[in-house]
Amino acid sequence: MTPTYYLLLSALLFSIGAIGVLVRRNAIVVFMCVELMLNAVNLSLVTFARINGSLDGQVMAFFVMVVAAAEVVVGLAIIMSIFRTRRSASVDDSNLLKY
Amino acid sequence: MNLLVAQAQQIEAPEIHYGAIAPVLVVLGAACVSVLLEALLPKHQRWAVQLVLSLVTLVGATGALILYATSDRPEQGVATLAGAIAVDSPSLFLWATLLVLAFGSILLIADRSVEPGGAFVAQAAIRPGTVQDRAQATKTGMQTEVFPLTLFALGGMMTFVASNDLLTMFIALEVLSLPLYLLCGLARRRRLLSQEAAVKYFLLGAFASAFFLYGVALLYGYAGSVKLSAIATAAGGTDRSDTLLFAGFGLLVVGLLFKAAVGPFHAWTPDVYQGAPTPVTAFMAACTKVAAFGGILRVLTVAFENTQWEWRGVLYGVAVVSMVIGAILGLTQTDVKRMIAYSSVAHAGFLLIGSIALTPDGEGVSATMFYLLVYGFTTIAAFGIISLVRNSDGEATHLSQWAGLAKRSPIVAAVFTFLLLALAGIPMTSGFIGKFVVFSAAIDAGLAPLVVIALVASAVAAFFYLRVIVLMYFSDPAPDGPTVTVPGAFTTIAITLGAVVTLVLGLWPTFVLDWAGTGTFLS
Repeated sequence: MTPTYYLLLSALLFSIGAIGVLVRRNAIVVFMCVELMLNAVNLSLVTFARINGSLDGQVMAFFVMVVAAAEVVVGLAIIMSIFRTRRSASVDDSNLLKY
Repeated sequence: MNLLVAQAQQIEAPEIHYGAIAPVLVVLGAACVSVLLEALLPKHQRWAVQLVLSLVTLVGATGALILYATSDRPEQGVATLAGAIAVDSPSLFLWATLLVLAFGSILLIADRSVEPGGAFVAQAAIRPGTVQDRAQATKTGMQTEVFPLTLFALGGMMTFVASNDLLTMFIALEVLSLPLYLLCGLARRRRLLSQEAAVKYFLLGAFASAFFLYGVALLYGYAGSVKLSAIATAAGGTDRSDTLLFAGFGLLVVGLLFKAAVGPFHAWTPDVYQGAPTPVTAFMAACTKVAAFGGILRVLTVAFENTQWEWRGVLYGVAVVSMVIGAILGLTQTDVKRMIAYSSVAHAGFLLIGSIALTPDGEGVSATMFYLLVYGFTTIAAFGIISLVRNSDGEATHLSQWAGLAKRSPIVAAVFTFLLLALAGIPMTSGFIGKFVVFSAAIDAGLAPLVVIALVASAVAAFFYLRVIVLMYFSDPAPDGPTVTVPGAFTTIAITLGAVVTLVLGLWPTFVLDWAGTGTFLS
């Protein structure tokens, strides 16, 4: 199997994530879609590492995982604090700031 | 398997040039100490200790920077930590700018005189609207974690402008963003707005950094390395597919433009600027702008200079859109903070003009860096003033409440007028010099039509600054209007610093201009 298929799969996953961010209402689901995008990037990084014959891409995938974990910590804290006030995690309810 | 063995044999510890990266190490080290203090000190001592530590850190880092800059350093700069960080003249200039702007921001953040107890919530876990929340709004004491968060964000910004490969840049981007997301949600009053700003900033910021990262991955696939110089070499002459290069470039730039609040990627800016606590807005508006444009300048100059004829048209269009959005939508705003936010979108367009004016002598780079410096100081002082105009439930940011302010407080109105004129770019202010150097660099680079559009946009934007001035001087104050708080020492120093720099650089800009033009990026 050529590595190109993995790149296409990665692009597909990235697109699914991006579309998910744009259409889903629940902040947690939006956030999971962002995580899907990051993991799609990991797949292409590892594939490119294989194509280029160097380990840099695999090391970068580890960095991305660490960053994604840190982002979860901060993100869930923020979403939690607004959920406790509103009893809802829907991004449509956050409508005080506009125009 | 053979690959693993081969790599394992090559690894040797990279050389570290401690003198060059000392300012970043000081800031990040102090941030870690600051977290530790937060855990160990009793609550009533934290504010004073954290404030002293933060200010000493900034002074120490500036000292280390001056020591290195005046020492016998290589003219073109050094790349250290296995080429991950490049310490060259633009890095040093941007570091110094960031440190001084952060000094002003920390003073605004620490202030407890304007809002009794400070602009930050006493306990972030308390639910807004409850009895405990009303109690904390009147109590003194604040969540002192804001100090380590600010230092971490500053450390990330300093790494971001000096990072010489895209992976370091991505990590630095996250280190600067994550603390800012949290800081946005910590306002003492109007907590729901503040939390909403944090959620919006976080979700959109994470979305944008995913784009940035996918761009990094595609460029890695293209060049086989994420080093900026390796990308430049690869783009210089190969038969590799340009699809990867330009798709990667596009995604990368979307991530960067988002951070810099350039329109059409500006959607978060007004909401976050309005909802966040005003000192944090000042920090974000000044320092994040410097960091993001520092990164954009380095990426465009070092990695993509030899492909500029392919991408220049796209960024040309983005700059036009940004200036038009900022100027037109700024006209319709009724909230001071949102108005300044749209003005920052317009300014981001002007800065982008300087960033795409890539001339061989680096005139565009030095002009943009000068503009960043003057814009940062003016903005910090402007938000300092905004935090002073208050009524019983916090800051009075609605424009109608600013009517007749000059009659209540002539000094505050005069200083704010001066700062608005600087934002509009009137002569005798630093804003004029900044626009002048950026536009002349752009004309030299053959971007004359863009400069014409920029001048029209500045004229339109000047209208909404002047509207506020007219409102302050020629309207009668409302009987139940806001009062102007007499600021304590910290806010006074921060506003004075911003206003004096705005005035001095408007009259004698040569010194800083020369300094900004001392060298180009290490490539």
